[in-house]
Amino acid sequence: MSKYTVIGTRVHRVDGPDKVTGAAKYTFDLVLPNMLYGKILRSPHPHAKILKLDTSRAEKLIGVKAVITGKDTIGKKQGIWRRFPELCDEEILCRSKVRYIGDAVAAVAAVDPDIAEEALDLIEVEYEPLPAVFDPLDAIKEDAPQVHEGVELNINVTRHIEWGDVDEAFKHCDYVREDHFRCSSQAHLCMETHCAVASFDHSGKLTVWTSTQSSYYIQVLLADMLGLREGDVRVIKPPTGGGFGSKFELDSAQFCASLLSMKLCRPVKIVLTREEEFTTTKRRTPMVYYSKLGAKKDGTLLAKEVRVITEGGAYTSMGATALYLTGFFSSFPYKYPNYRYDGYRAYTNTAPTSAMRGFGAPQAVFVGESQLDMLAHDLGIDPVEIRRKNGMTPNYEVPGQAYIQSCGLHQCLDKIEEHIKERGKLPPNRGIGIAAYGFMSGGIFNWFDTPYAFSAALVKINIDGKVDLFTGACDIGQGSDTTLSMICAEELGVRLEDIRIHAGDTGICPADLGAWGSRETLMNGNAVKMAAADAKRQLLEFAGAKMGANIVYDLDIKDRKVHLVDRPERGLSYYDVVKEAIRGRDGEVIIGRGHYTPHRKGMISPAYSFGVQAAEVEVDPETGRYKLINVTTAHESGTVINPVGIEGQLEGAIMMAGGYGFCEDQPMDEGKILNPSIGDYKVIRSLDMPDTKILEIDTFEPEGPFGAKEAGEGLTNPTAGAIGNAIYKAVGVRITDLPITPEKVFRALREKEKQSK
Amino acid sequence: MKQELKLTVNGQPYELYVNPKTLLVEVLRDELGLTGTKRGCESASCGACTVNLNGMAVKSCTILALQANGGEVLTIEGLAHGTELDAIQKAFLDYGAFQCGFCTSGMLMAAKGLLDENPTPTTEEIKEYIDGNVCRCTGYNSIIRALNAVAKGEYKEKR
Repeated sequence: MSKYTVIGTRVHRVDGPDKVTGAAKYTFDLVLPNMLYGKILRSPHPHAKILKLDTSRAEKLIGVKAVITGKDTIGKKQGIWRRFPELCDEEILCRSKVRYIGDAVAAVAAVDPDIAEEALDLIEVEYEPLPAVFDPLDAIKEDAPQVHEGVELNINVTRHIEWGDVDEAFKHCDYVREDHFRCSSQAHLCMETHCAVASFDHSGKLTVWTSTQSSYYIQVLLADMLGLREGDVRVIKPPTGGGFGSKFELDSAQFCASLLSMKLCRPVKIVLTREEEFTTTKRRTPMVYYSKLGAKKDGTLLAKEVRVITEGGAYTSMGATALYLTGFFSSFPYKYPNYRYDGYRAYTNTAPTSAMRGFGAPQAVFVGESQLDMLAHDLGIDPVEIRRKNGMTPNYEVPGQAYIQSCGLHQCLDKIEEHIKERGKLPPNRGIGIAAYGFMSGGIFNWFDTPYAFSAALVKINIDGKVDLFTGACDIGQGSDTTLSMICAEELGVRLEDIRIHAGDTGICPADLGAWGSRETLMNGNAVKMAAADAKRQLLEFAGAKMGANIVYDLDIKDRKVHLVDRPERGLSYYDVVKEAIRGRDGEVIIGRGHYTPHRKGMISPAYSFGVQAAEVEVDPETGRYKLINVTTAHESGTVINPVGIEGQLEGAIMMAGGYGFCEDQPMDEGKILNPSIGDYKVIRSLDMPDTKILEIDTFEPEGPFGAKEAGEGLTNPTAGAIGNAIYKAVGVRITDLPITPEKVFRALREKEKQSK
Repeated sequence: MKQELKLTVNGQPYELYVNPKTLLVEVLRDELGLTGTKRGCESASCGACTVNLNGMAVKSCTILALQANGGEVLTIEGLAHGTELDAIQKAFLDYGAFQCGFCTSGMLMAAKGLLDENPTPTTEEIKEYIDGNVCRCTGYNSIIRALNAVAKGEYKEKR
């Protein structure tokens, strides 16, 4: 029998009944009395000076209540790297210059969306187009147009990571190879586009309902950009229709709706169109990679050197973190004794690039796992074997960077090897490729400069035993409301239905960094567990006195029963203890408090998950078209809190990461994204979705709640690399730029034929 | 010039006056307040707005409200049987067939259309039927497992 009564069980999501009945009210659905609708005017130029901006005709249109431009702002620039003012570079409403197609210049509030749209056409903007730069390799040339004044060679951020003696180590390698790769962009494609309802009232308080991954970040950034006190800004996150990294920065809908509402003291709603969503809400960072890898004849990896230039787009966004993490995860999941990374992020006149599920790691893993297979092939070593030889193990220190406690990589490799054997001999033009990965469980970095704990929770026990759990965690679909409720119920010793969670509302919940970097299970989980333990302690003090238990005995609560740990049959009802404890405290409710901030865990993350994925493809050698047959993943995420949730994360990641490898792309012409609609942007749909198999590996992470760690984002990392390796196994061609389209496979096959003649 | 529209939605008859260019999804969401039906694109390509019209699954953003005149519409709000969830809804809960939930109403109504038309679809038929509905969270396989379970009679006594 499991020692747990709640965690590890298959439960319905706590938000499930609302979501399957259409009762869940998203920001997209909200309507307030007296509400107006806003629309945003955007630049058609990739780079231009604003010479004149005349809103007078728009203001006169009947039904229009307000028009705002950069002049209505307090002139601040926003950025999420608040510790580095030079990286806060985005005005949102541009005052003198636009830097990409889609940069906002004005916004309108009107009685209905059609009138607001019509008013946009009446705003006259005179631009002076400036020379623009689109490719990061062009942007860093001496004579390139400057995207931001005073930024030399358009280099926005650089990052350097190094340990060992890389140059010396390459001299001792039997085999060294150097390769170039290109990683493409990707759209988050949240089903609910970015949207906000902002309501500023005559008492000077602003309330914003918004589709977000971090209500706390939005609260702080709005206060900063609008000149309000943080305490006068309340951000509420209703159910949110996806985020995937695109919804934890202040966006144009939130900012413009708030500013319009402040001008009018009326609620204003802005919902971005799908085209705006594709072109202005940031995207995965395209990267140009150089990678040099050296090994001994037996496959022992001695050194790796990586240089990356990323396409930053017009603003910093979260791109600086993506630049760092792609460098760190380029060393994963292997024990390189010598490693060097240099990353450069270049400003360009394209839509800004930022965080997206995997946060720089999917690029690193595509490059790293492709090149490792290339090296293994040249040395005549089996792909599983070379990973086994060099893979990370428990209690490994990445020199000067990170300390890894739990690590089940080798068990994952064993399982995948068995899986490949089971598949047996494959028909012609079929191949299985593998890729290994590791990922963080939340970031340790605090570039946002929060003075609060990274996560905190409050647990309030009411007279009927019902528990109110308050957390700043943001459920954007990944299931944190359910997972945290399960952790609370388990620790407190009650059932899932005893918990009522209140999350993502800065007016009532403790500050929390939100949902990014796979941080919520570990960081919020620890805070929730601590708060529940604090509340339980208060109940047990009372129960101990009431039972007259010998003080050497320990008490606990399980499944609503307060009992002696060694004599589980002797106990009291949880409900009775709660009632009497509250009465005995002069009616004061029981409140437990918990918080978590990582300490002494290196520079990146308190814990890491690991996995190995095998992708099986079938290629048509005539056309280059290929089909994803099966994707099997062996992975470990510590103790599994919510098994249904993990399955969903894993299969969903395959859809998204498979799409990154297979078909998703954002081609541009002179900075204009050419496919900004769901019809033209190709994603994996049900007919393309491969069969998926999950091989769960047991590990226990000492730093995580009940031993749990990351389980959602890491799974986005391996698929593109596994597909690339599978194509090579199937038909012997190597594609080094993403996405791996049939056209690229076709061309490579023809090239290969030509060479073999 | 507004025109008269008679529509039965979830068993309730309505008489409305609408602009001829008004879409069915706009009437449902903006006039009747049935916000369970979502909109995810402007190009009839995501399926989030799927409802049932006269027993067939349709994308309500592709239909003018007046084209549905005299018709019977079933939306997600009418899928449950009073306080008892429909079998498909139960299966979605059991199999974790949704995450953010934004595509879920459309997905459920597409599934309803499929199972009314063909109560025992194969996996391939399920995949084909829901290929017009984009889900960015689940990777579809949990949805397919849920619908397979309903098709195989796992929820028979409840449907």
